[in-house]
Amino acid sequence: MSYIVEMLHITKDFPGIRANDDITLQIEERSIHALLGENGAGKSTLMSILFGLYQPDGGTIRVRGREVKISDPNVATSLGIGMVHQHFKLVHNFTVTENIVLGMEPRKGPIIDIREAEKRVEEISKLYGLAVDPRARIEDISVGMQQRVEILKMLYRNAEILIFDEPTAVLTPQEIHELMQIMRKLVTEGKTILLITHKLKEIKEVADVCTVLRRGKLIGTVPVSETSEARMAEMMVGRQVSFHVEKSPARPGATLLRIEHLNVKTAKGVLGVRDLSLEVRAGEVLGLCGIEGNGQTELVQAITGLTRPESGRILLRDRDITHLSIKERTDAGIGHIPEDRQKHGLVLDFTLGENFIIHNYYEPPFARYGILNRKKIQENAERLIREFDVRSGQGALTAARSMSGGNQQKAIVAREIDRSPDVFIVAQPTRGLDVGAIEYIHKRIIEERDKGKAILLVSLELDEIMDVSDRIAVIYNGSIVAIVDAASTDENQLGLMMSGAYRPATAAAAQE
Amino acid sequence: MTFEMLLQMFPIALMFAAPIILTALGGLFSERSGIVNIALEGIMMVGAFTGATVTVLLEESTPAAAWYGLLAGLAAGLVFSILHAVASINLKADQVISGTALNILAGGLTVYLCQIIFHQQRTRAFSNGIQKMTVPLLSRIPVLGRMLFIENYPTIYIAVAAVLLTWFVVYKTPLGLRMRACGEHPQAAASMGINVYRMRYFGVLVSGALGGLGGAVMVLTADIQYTLVSIHGTGFISLASLVFGKWNPFGVLGAGLFFGFSTALSFYAKDIPLLASLPGEFFYILPYLLTIVALVAFAGKSVGPKAAGEIYDSGKR
Repeated sequence: MSYIVEMLHITKDFPGIRANDDITLQIEERSIHALLGENGAGKSTLMSILFGLYQPDGGTIRVRGREVKISDPNVATSLGIGMVHQHFKLVHNFTVTENIVLGMEPRKGPIIDIREAEKRVEEISKLYGLAVDPRARIEDISVGMQQRVEILKMLYRNAEILIFDEPTAVLTPQEIHELMQIMRKLVTEGKTILLITHKLKEIKEVADVCTVLRRGKLIGTVPVSETSEARMAEMMVGRQVSFHVEKSPARPGATLLRIEHLNVKTAKGVLGVRDLSLEVRAGEVLGLCGIEGNGQTELVQAITGLTRPESGRILLRDRDITHLSIKERTDAGIGHIPEDRQKHGLVLDFTLGENFIIHNYYEPPFARYGILNRKKIQENAERLIREFDVRSGQGALTAARSMSGGNQQKAIVAREIDRSPDVFIVAQPTRGLDVGAIEYIHKRIIEERDKGKAILLVSLELDEIMDVSDRIAVIYNGSIVAIVDAASTDENQLGLMMSGAYRPATAAAAQE
Repeated sequence: MTFEMLLQMFPIALMFAAPIILTALGGLFSERSGIVNIALEGIMMVGAFTGATVTVLLEESTPAAAWYGLLAGLAAGLVFSILHAVASINLKADQVISGTALNILAGGLTVYLCQIIFHQQRTRAFSNGIQKMTVPLLSRIPVLGRMLFIENYPTIYIAVAAVLLTWFVVYKTPLGLRMRACGEHPQAAASMGINVYRMRYFGVLVSGALGGLGGAVMVLTADIQYTLVSIHGTGFISLASLVFGKWNPFGVLGAGLFFGFSTALSFYAKDIPLLASLPGEFFYILPYLLTIVALVAFAGKSVGPKAAGEIYDSGKR
């Protein structure tokens, strides 16, 4: 076996941090090589170097045995290296074909030969089993399909080495399964795949070899078939990690949050939530799972007051809060970890300390006679930073904007959990966090539950939903299609229900 | 309003429509590439000043002076728009601020140059601008010939040709596909090896050229000299036409004609019994009023290029 790509002793410095420290990565041809690491471990930096987005400060890269200098993505493309980005780089109002041929259009005279382009796209998609409609517009097709278009873009450019950056983050279980099959098919057709991920299950399922990075350093490269998930997790985090959320059975009490026949419009003006009814009781975690864009965002925004519903009622402890302002709802006992942490979670240009008191800045001890008490704000911030392990350059005085995404998220979680609201709306609480931080946040959510709070957990991560929730509500096309017991369901069943394909009779009955 | 009056309105309406269409097409190139260009007003002023000046200076030596004036206006607009390109593409300035700066600069610059060249705050009057023409053969078509081909300024034909050419470039060629990609999702375009900066420069410079041409067309058909108020908001009306025409060349054509007619209406209103009782000033505000109405009515629904106005930084991921 020969190595198709070798990255030898790669070092990359950013101001104040060494992102890659003497990392060596050797990839065999026709294999699936996983790159595992926490956030900030240096995976993305390393792949950006291979794709020509960054230049290394030290080390060499060899492709097919020949030393190369990859100065920009065009060089990478000409070397047969392609990247499927985590956030798709697709033009939403172009067709599939237009997106694929962009920059390398077949021509007939001065005109784009769109027929020829469509034919080629069809040929390639047949060869690799990637069914897509070449004439469909990107905005009309599913996320899974969009990812296929991303893959086709690389194949159209004859890429031999495909880098997948966290490819499953946005997919449903079925789509993940299909993607795994596509990856295998690509390898049998002679391609080589580099898979960046922090999901151990996927590595176990599809990868041949796994290289683990931690804090910019190479920890090791192991054959996947001979290494357990627990061992890989330990390599990644540097200590033993518990995968299972420790929790006692729920003891649900009175209904704290009741939603009745709610209809909410999306930003585009169509109904995103349709006639939705739901109850969350004290002392339970109700998980809301569904494919992105099925009404979760609108539901959360309606409960927290970010949007006004068209009709229906929202009751907090039997008090109608449907028409209260956001502030009134917060004061009435609703807590919110928002999905979009930069837009709704933090004031990015404020310091961490100021962000921590954003709800109660006007109250003692943080303010007296209309004047802020900096000392108390500082003490409060230091306490939360310590308790939740929020890492920031200058402690309480750090500008929120300058913090990493994971630490911004921890700051929001710290602030909201510290308030201990009666009804806690938690949207994507661990998105982008590493295993250690996820473990801690899950533990704190369960603690809140055991204090008798009602928790609505909205997440696209099925594992998170299944681990933390007591009951699971499945949302599809704006309505709850099923409510099931977390203990008595599995990923496949949920996946089918999320795609609207399957609707258990018992669940339908439970909803009545 | 009689049919005869409508026929009479055509040459005037088309005269006003031509510069609006040309300038709005310029805006189309700029915004499709991702740069908001509110400097169109200023670009038109520079084009109009240059067009008028060149015409005045060449008048004695060549009968085609006004045509050289058009070309000079086009070139001046292009050069002037480089300022907007540098500020908003390289220096990553806010595009609206940069555009406003250019609009203010254009007024001062053109009057200053008038003072130097003509020792007054306006250009000297030219004796002949662009001449009206009658197209042989086509003018014999009944009714239509009378509307479009008898005693019309040829500038409207240039504008219509520009519409067709724009449509072809934007929708049929690789250049157009790449330019549109830069206006919708520059990071996607860059990941496919497209030089976003270069595409945006192209868009802005073409908008400068077309805006400058539009300004020269306006002064050389509807005016006798360049003054500070020669353009009087036509650049902004062009911008409104772009929104009204949904960033589509044919939409722009329709919107341009609409504004052309609303301007022409102000000249004929006193002859229309129903409208004659209204004060004449009312009709002078009509195009601007319609601009506001059109923008308010369409602003929410229009679908402009998604990344227009967004600063693109290749270093950011």
